Amino acid sequence: MSTIKLDITKDHCPMTFVKTKLQLEQLEDGDILEILLTAGEPLENVPKTCKDQGYQVLETAHVEGNIHKVVIKK
Amino acid sequence: MLTEEQIERYSRHIILKEVGGKGQQRLFDGRVLIIGAGGLGAPIALYLAAAGVGAIGIADADDVDLSNLQRQVIHFTPDIGKPKVESAREKMEAINPDVKVRTYKEWVSAANIGAIIADYDFIIDGTDNFAAKFLINDACVLARKPYSHGGILQFDGQTMTVRPGESACYRCIFPEPPPKDAIPTCSQAGVIGVLPGVLGTIQATEAIKFLLGKGDLLTNRLLTYSALRMRFREIPLKRNTACPVCGDNPTITEVRDELDALTVCDLKAP
Repeated sequence: MSTIKLDITKDHCPMTFVKTKLQLEQLEDGDILEILLTAGEPLENVPKTCKDQGYQVLETAHVEGNIHKVVIKK
Repeated sequence: MLTEEQIERYSRHIILKEVGGKGQQRLFDGRVLIIGAGGLGAPIALYLAAAGVGAIGIADADDVDLSNLQRQVIHFTPDIGKPKVESAREKMEAINPDVKVRTYKEWVSAANIGAIIADYDFIIDGTDNFAAKFLINDACVLARKPYSHGGILQFDGQTMTVRPGESACYRCIFPEPPPKDAIPTCSQAGVIGVLPGVLGTIQATEAIKFLLGKGDLLTNRLLTYSALRMRFREIPLKRNTACPVCGDNPTITEVRDELDALTVCDLKAP
């Protein structure tokens, strides 16, 4: 099992989820994706949509300023 | 691997659970043939090109005529006189340069249809005459190519998808073309302009679902649409063991032209 990092702090909806999804598709079941994203719409919606599409949200944590980390398991 | 530009272009596909980057790749790898670049072919060609179906063939021997423009929305006024397949290709490439369009400026016939459909995964019947409809059915059944049947007249349309060997084919329900005097003549063959938009878009949807391998195809069902009543109706079908082409003892074992099913209007002066 590997952990992949993805920075979508510069992206806007829906590209935030588009990039997340494309990355998740590349992973094997059980792999972990650590996403850096900004507060507001991305933080609210990306984990929610991941859950809707069958991925597991393991952790959401504040990093610094308006940047947060979301950890997803495939 | 998708480029940044492609990720943005297809973002609304990629978001969908049933599509994603993998489904988009299946569309890129897909090969669809559209027979007829008229009313039905217009939305089919535009939507399949926009969707990023990688290889699209389009067959039609006709040139764009002023009377086409009321419904054949892929052709524009300055295209009058141009081969329909060329006019269609220009719009398809303009809407999406990723797509490879192959044109066949010819009518399909028993002599050429086998070679034309051989290159494709899914065939779409967007023709306007019974001869072509029976020919396409027979060729697809014999070559085991899944295809979408579509037909329109006045305010009514019908469509069904055929998976040869698995679901009912056109001849299972209509073994022979209608008698000559029952075939509408030119003066009866009016069509409300929006009608092919509805039916063609359903046919394009079937091609896309087939390529994605998602959802349920319109097999063993004939979907009819009345624009005047604004009603859809679904007629359940099943394979006919006595079907002349896909039944247990087929009498049609090679394609043939149904010359009696051509309408007078099809026989234009060269």
